[in-house]
Amino acid sequence: MAQTNSYRQSSNGVADESPNMLVYRKMEDVIAHMQDETNGIPVRTVKSFLSKIPSVFSGKIHFFIVTVKRLEALHLGTLMAAHGYFFPISDHVLTLKDDGTFYRFQTPYFWPSNCWEPENTDYAVYLCKRTMQNKARLELADYEAESLARLQRAFARKWEFIFMQAEAQAKVDKKRDKIERKILDSQERAFWDVHRPVPGCVNTTEADIKKSSRMKQPHKTRKSVYGLQNDIQSHSPAHTPAPEVKEPTEEEIRDQIQHWQAQLDRHRLKMSKVAESLLSYTGQYVEYDPFFTSPEPSNPWISDDITVWELETSKEPGQQRVKRWGFGINEVLKDPVGREQFLKFLESEFSSENLRFWLAVQEVKKRPIREVPTRVQEIWQEFLAPGAPSAINVDSKSYDKTTQNVKDPGRYAFEDAQEHIYKLMKSDSYSRFLRSTFYQELLQAKKKVNNCTYHCSNNPSRTG
Amino acid sequence: MGEMEELRKEADNLKDQITEARKVVQDTTLQEAVAGTTLVGRVQLKTRKTLRGHLAKIYAMHWGTDTNCSKLCVSASQDGKLIVWDTLTTNKVNAIPLKSSWVMTCAYAPSGNMVACGGLDNMCSIYNLKGKDGNVKVMRELAAHTGYLSCCRFLNDSEIITSSGDCTCILWDIETGTEKTIFAGHLGDCMSLAVSPDFKMFISGACDFTAKLWDIREATCRQTFSGHESDINAIGFFPNGNAVITGSDDATCKLYDLRADQELITYQDSGIMCGVTSLAASLSGRLLLAGYDDFNVNIWDMLKAERVGVLAGHDNRVSCIGVSSDGMACCTGSWDSFLKIWN
Repeated sequence: MAQTNSYRQSSNGVADESPNMLVYRKMEDVIAHMQDETNGIPVRTVKSFLSKIPSVFSGKIHFFIVTVKRLEALHLGTLMAAHGYFFPISDHVLTLKDDGTFYRFQTPYFWPSNCWEPENTDYAVYLCKRTMQNKARLELADYEAESLARLQRAFARKWEFIFMQAEAQAKVDKKRDKIERKILDSQERAFWDVHRPVPGCVNTTEADIKKSSRMKQPHKTRKSVYGLQNDIQSHSPAHTPAPEVKEPTEEEIRDQIQHWQAQLDRHRLKMSKVAESLLSYTGQYVEYDPFFTSPEPSNPWISDDITVWELETSKEPGQQRVKRWGFGINEVLKDPVGREQFLKFLESEFSSENLRFWLAVQEVKKRPIREVPTRVQEIWQEFLAPGAPSAINVDSKSYDKTTQNVKDPGRYAFEDAQEHIYKLMKSDSYSRFLRSTFYQELLQAKKKVNNCTYHCSNNPSRTG
Repeated sequence: MGEMEELRKEADNLKDQITEARKVVQDTTLQEAVAGTTLVGRVQLKTRKTLRGHLAKIYAMHWGTDTNCSKLCVSASQDGKLIVWDTLTTNKVNAIPLKSSWVMTCAYAPSGNMVACGGLDNMCSIYNLKGKDGNVKVMRELAAHTGYLSCCRFLNDSEIITSSGDCTCILWDIETGTEKTIFAGHLGDCMSLAVSPDFKMFISGACDFTAKLWDIREATCRQTFSGHESDINAIGFFPNGNAVITGSDDATCKLYDLRADQELITYQDSGIMCGVTSLAASLSGRLLLAGYDDFNVNIWDMLKAERVGVLAGHDNRVSCIGVSSDGMACCTGSWDSFLKIWN
C-alpha cells in the first residue's frame, strides 16, 4: 500500500473538500469501468410496447459479481445508486436489484462530486415545470405533490417569479430531441431523488455535523440548477466559517523537534516479538471471549437467563475466573474478588502492607480534590512515616521524592512509591500467591472461598 | 526567515530518521508472523435487542461498566436527548433533555454515577445520575474549548478527558470545573479519544490524519502515528493496552503497536468505499468490529486482517459502536435512530 500522505489540506490546515469526495472518486472509478467501451456493461436501446427505451442497462449484476460476491455487489450497487451514479428508470427509490429491470447512468453534470447543494427554490421550479408538461411519465408522485404545495406556501411572494422560471425551462426542454429529452428528464429526476429523496429513503448528501462545520467555503458550492440567484442564507449552525489555523510559530516548531527527538530515542521492540505477544494474548483470552466461547451456563442475550452475571457478582469465583488471575498481576488487581483473595493470602503471611498501600493509592487518585490532602496524610502515616504501623519498603530515591510530594499533596504524590511497590509485588508477592496451596486449591475448585482453613490473622484493617 | 527554514529542515530530518529507525526492527511483518494461524471462522452475530426511542440521528453511545447484573448504556441523539438504557429489558432508565440538540458525544462514568455529553456548544456537560431526589441534573458545564466537543471519556468521578474541534484535548477536574491539562499538538480537529486500560495514557485521532499517544500525568505526547490518508474518526486500544486501532475516512482501519512504534497492519477491502465512523475490539482482541458510512458493520480477524462477518441491520450510517466490558454484547447506534444489541 502506498505510504504517501496526500494531505488534501491547504497549509492552514482547513479541509479543501468534503470527506465524501474520497468516496465519490472511488465510485467514479467503478463507473468508468462500467462505462468502458470494450469491457463495460452493454448499454442499449430497448423496445417496449409502442416506444423505445433509450440508453439503459439491465439490473442483472453480472458485472459486479466478477469483482465482489453477490450480496456485496447488491450492497455496493445500491450504495452507488443512492449516491446518484445510476438509477432505475421507473422508480424514485434508488436501489440496485438483481432482476431484469432497467437502469440508466447519470450524466457527469449531476454527479455528487460537483458539490451540489440545491436550494428549495430550484426544487420548486423543477416541480412546477413538471406540472406544465402533459406527459404521464412526468406526473407528480404523492410526496412530490405535497412538497409542491408546501413550497407554494413558503414562497408565496416569489411564486410568480418561480412560475416564470419554470415556464422558461419547460420551453427549453420542449425544443430538445424526443429521445434526448427522455434521457435528460430521467437524469434530472434522479438528481432530485438524491437531493430530495422519497420519504423514508436515506439522503446520502447529508454530512456529519463535525465535518460540515469544517468546510472552507460552503457558499462556494451553492450554485443553482436553473440559474436562479440564491439569496437565501443557510440557517444551519454548522455552516460557520472555519477558524484560520496559523502557521506554526518558532516555539511550536521547537516543541515539535523536541517531540520528534524523544520519539526517535525510544526503544523499539522487534516486530517478531510484537507479533508473538499479540498471538499469545488473543490465544490466551479466546476462551474468555463470548464471541468465540459460549459463556457458562448460557449467554443472557440469547437465553434471557442472567445466571452467568449472578455468578460474577457472587463471592465464589469459578475455575475459569481463578485461572485468569494467573495471566498477570493486573488480572488479579482488576477483579474485586481477585483482590480480596490475594489480600487474604498475603494477610495469612503477614505481608499484606504492600497490597494495602497500592490499593489505598489507587483509591486516592479517584477522590475529589478537596479530600486528597487529608487522605494523602493518612496514607503517609500508615505506610511511610517513621514508625508507621504498616511500614513498606521503598527505595531511597522514591522515599525522598515522596517525602517532598507529601508537603504539597496532590493525587500523584505516591506515584513513584507505587511504581516501586507494584514491581515488588509483581516479582515477589504475586508469584508466591500463584505457587501457593491457597491459590492452587482455588484453581482446582477444591476449596470453598469462605471457609478459610488457614490461620487467618486477626487483622482488622481489611480493605478491598 | 532563514532560521525557520533551518528548524523546519531539522524537524523533517528527524521524521526521516524515525522512519529509518522503524525499519530497523522490521524483522518480519504481522502478516508473515500469523501466516500459520488459521483464519477465524465466519462470525455471525444476530440482533438480540433493538432500542427504540430516539427521534433523530444517534451520534454516540457508550457502555457502562457492569454493576448488579444490569447492562446499562447511554446514547446521544440529535433529538436533543441523552437516554440511559437497560439493554437487557430495553427499558429507558433515564431520558435526559439537553440544552443543545447538536450533541456529538456521550460517556458513562466507570462508577455509574454520572454521564457526560457535548457537541456544537463547545462544552462538556456532566450529569449526576444519582442525585438525592432522583432527578437527573446538570452537575457541571466544562467550558474552555474553542471548538466543538467531539469526544469525552471519564477517568473517574473526579476527572474527565475531552477532545475538540479546536485541535486540543483537555483533562478536567470535574469538582472545580477547571482545566488541569491541555494537550496540544494535533494540527487538525481532534475527532476521537480512548483511555488506556491502566488509565495512565490516552490516544487521540484527528483530522491531521495522525493518532497521538499522551501521558496523562506527564502531560506530554509520547508518540505520533501516521499513515492514514484522511481524517481519523475512531480510535481505540487493543485490550492489552500495547496497541492502538484507528478508523478513517479513507475506508481503512489500522493497527499500530506502541512498543514497535509503528503500523502493524491495515484492514481494507476494495469493496469497501465508505469511511469508518466507529470501532471496537472483542474481549480477546481477536475481532475488530468497525462501523461504516455504508450502513454496515464489518467484522475483521484482527491478526489476519480479513473480513469474517458483516452486521447489516441499520438503514442509515452506523455512527457508533461499543463492546460491553465482559465482551458479551456489541451495541451499534445509527443515523436511523435505533440502537441494536448483537451477539
